Amino acid sequence: MSHVALRGVTRVYPGKTPVHALGPLDLELAPGEFFAVVGPSGCGKSTLLDVMAGLASPSAGEVLFENRNVKGQVPDGIGVVFQEDASFPWLTVHDNIAFGLRRTGAPAAEVAAQVGYAIEFMGLKEFAQAYPAQLSGGMRQRVCIARTLVLKPRLILLDEPFGALDQQTRLLMGDELLRLWRETGATILLITHSLDEAAMLADRVGVMSARPGRFLELIATGWPRGRDSTIVASESFGRLTSRIWTLLRGESLRAMGHA
Amino acid sequence: MKWRDPLILVVLIFVVWQVLYLLVGDVALRSPASTAHSLSNLLSDPRFLPHISETAIAFAQGFAIAVVVGLLIGLPLGAARFAGEVAEPILVALYSIPKVTLYPVILLMFGIGMPAKVAFGAIHGIVPISIFAMNAVRNINPTHLRTAQVMRMSFLDLTLNILVPAALPEIVTGIRVGFSLALIGTLLGEMFGSQRGLGHLLMQAMSLHNIERILALTLLLVVFAAGINALLLALDRRLHARA
Amino acid sequence: MPNALIVRIAIVVIAVGLLELLCRLGVIPNFTMIPPSAMAQSLWKILASGKFSHDIAATLVNVGIAIVAAMAAGVAAGTALQGWPAARRTLDPLFATYYAVPMYAFYPLLIVIFGLGDFPQVAIGFLLAVMAVIINTLNGLDRVPAVLLKTARVHRLGPLAAAWRVRLPYAAPYVFTGFKLAVAYSFIGVIGAEFITSSRGIGYEISFAYNNFDNPVMYAMILFILLLVITVNMSLHVWEKRLLSRRRRA
Repeated sequence: MSHVALRGVTRVYPGKTPVHALGPLDLELAPGEFFAVVGPSGCGKSTLLDVMAGLASPSAGEVLFENRNVKGQVPDGIGVVFQEDASFPWLTVHDNIAFGLRRTGAPAAEVAAQVGYAIEFMGLKEFAQAYPAQLSGGMRQRVCIARTLVLKPRLILLDEPFGALDQQTRLLMGDELLRLWRETGATILLITHSLDEAAMLADRVGVMSARPGRFLELIATGWPRGRDSTIVASESFGRLTSRIWTLLRGESLRAMGHA
Repeated sequence: MKWRDPLILVVLIFVVWQVLYLLVGDVALRSPASTAHSLSNLLSDPRFLPHISETAIAFAQGFAIAVVVGLLIGLPLGAARFAGEVAEPILVALYSIPKVTLYPVILLMFGIGMPAKVAFGAIHGIVPISIFAMNAVRNINPTHLRTAQVMRMSFLDLTLNILVPAALPEIVTGIRVGFSLALIGTLLGEMFGSQRGLGHLLMQAMSLHNIERILALTLLLVVFAAGINALLLALDRRLHARA
Repeated sequence: MPNALIVRIAIVVIAVGLLELLCRLGVIPNFTMIPPSAMAQSLWKILASGKFSHDIAATLVNVGIAIVAAMAAGVAAGTALQGWPAARRTLDPLFATYYAVPMYAFYPLLIVIFGLGDFPQVAIGFLLAVMAVIINTLNGLDRVPAVLLKTARVHRLGPLAAAWRVRLPYAAPYVFTGFKLAVAYSFIGVIGAEFITSSRGIGYEISFAYNNFDNPVMYAMILFILLLVITVNMSLHVWEKRLLSRRRRA
């Protein structure tokens, strides 16, 4: 049984000149799978995430999460980490992370325990009482991830979460993401423009075509579950990335208007 | 500017008025139609003209003084950074005090009559005009000034061709706000202590419980104030769009 | 560079000192204005004797009611309008022209309809204040980033919860600006109305003192209002800075 299934999903943005952003596309994610999506700019990756999360309705086709139809409303059990900073500037780091959990009516002791654990896990202990404005971009993203984490989502969607960070930080954050994945056992879909990142982190990489986005190929990486960023040194990693790039190069040129 | 939306709004207001009249009745309101009728009667009544001219003259003078003094205060404060920094909180504080409180002082200084009314209008208008003028000058892009230096422009040239166009939009906004506030001030002064003018007539109508007169005068004042403001606003927006 | 605050205080002190001098020397005659020191003395006596406590309380209560009502109605209306663009567009000319209209012109009408109690004054204060709250609330809500709106949906917040827990908190600095204006306008509206005609309140007592040539009382109460309004506005300013400091980049 797949955790998430997209069948014939299309998304067209209405308007004077309608924009066919996505599909038709099919995808099945196994429970606990780590799936990465790469593709040229503007190919519809973010639209894919919106549709999967229930933030946008498909114009055609259906989206199933845990065998239930997802349409226009975010179902329970999904967490999303966005590209832009989504931390709440009026709350401390602690209160930011506690935000969703408090609303479930959980007892204060449990909230404190869960939030404390998430803060430790994401390395934010020193900054628990600070406000987001006082933190760097990377730390604010960690706050957003912790806020998502603490609700124990079964599906986690990430839209270029490390886009604003430097390469070294990205590699380390990648390791943290893997740790999180193993710890929670959640199904993860990561959108990234970094081929290295996709190749290193994912069980499968979906290579998307230029707009309207469809999957050109789904490449299995074959990595063991207990992996970390050191696999970038292995030979198969290089082969993997070059395979992805070969697919992607033509599409990127097309997206930019050449070929 | 789309005429449809403001028109819908005006119609809406009249509809609400009519409905309120139907609910409340003659004891406290009149219908829009009868008010318009009373107003036209009033405007053609020769005894009414002196009151309108009294208010108009007082307002015009007060507004003129507000513009001149406001600019004289605001423009230099905008140019001299430290002076502006010192003065700004003082101006903002003056903006927020109920200037009505100062009316008795003004009456004591000028006695009842035209000079006091002019002063009322003026003090209401001076503060916003000077605040906006100050900000207008402050926000002139320093790159413009450096460009002028490089082009070796004379002071007059610089003022006319760079400073004035750059500062004009904000100054006009200030003058628009000052216009409305000066009108309110003049009117308020007449309501508080005067024997002539529209404000006085309004208070007189209130004590005589003359509902028709109250509504007619209120309608006149609202239409005049809103109308002029709309025109100034169009000018304001055109200037800001260009800038 | 000398401290701006010190220069400001110096200017105020010098101005008051000058006034004091001119009054004492008789350049400004006593029937026009009494020296600031005499004003302060008279105020002190009045406050100590509690002679006008009723009026002061009445005015403050009315101002308070106007502020609370304006904030509640203004934030609610602003939030509702933000989600209804068609209505907002239609009302836009009203927003632009509202403060140009002499609101006090409606005062006689309100008195005729509601009588001489406190309601017309509170109503004027409310009418002046509420639009500032609406305009600033709209401004703030307009600026909520799309990503926060999406986050609210991911957390499965309904429209009311999203407004209360995400949108309004984000817009809080702007709502606070509306609050400052609401306070200033409520004072202006209520006290102005008390001046024009009323049976009690600080404005009324000033008007009464003026009509009875009682300069000490009149100036004392004028001083009281000036000090009160300036103190309130300065406190709000300080409070605002503290609230905003958390949100500023370090």
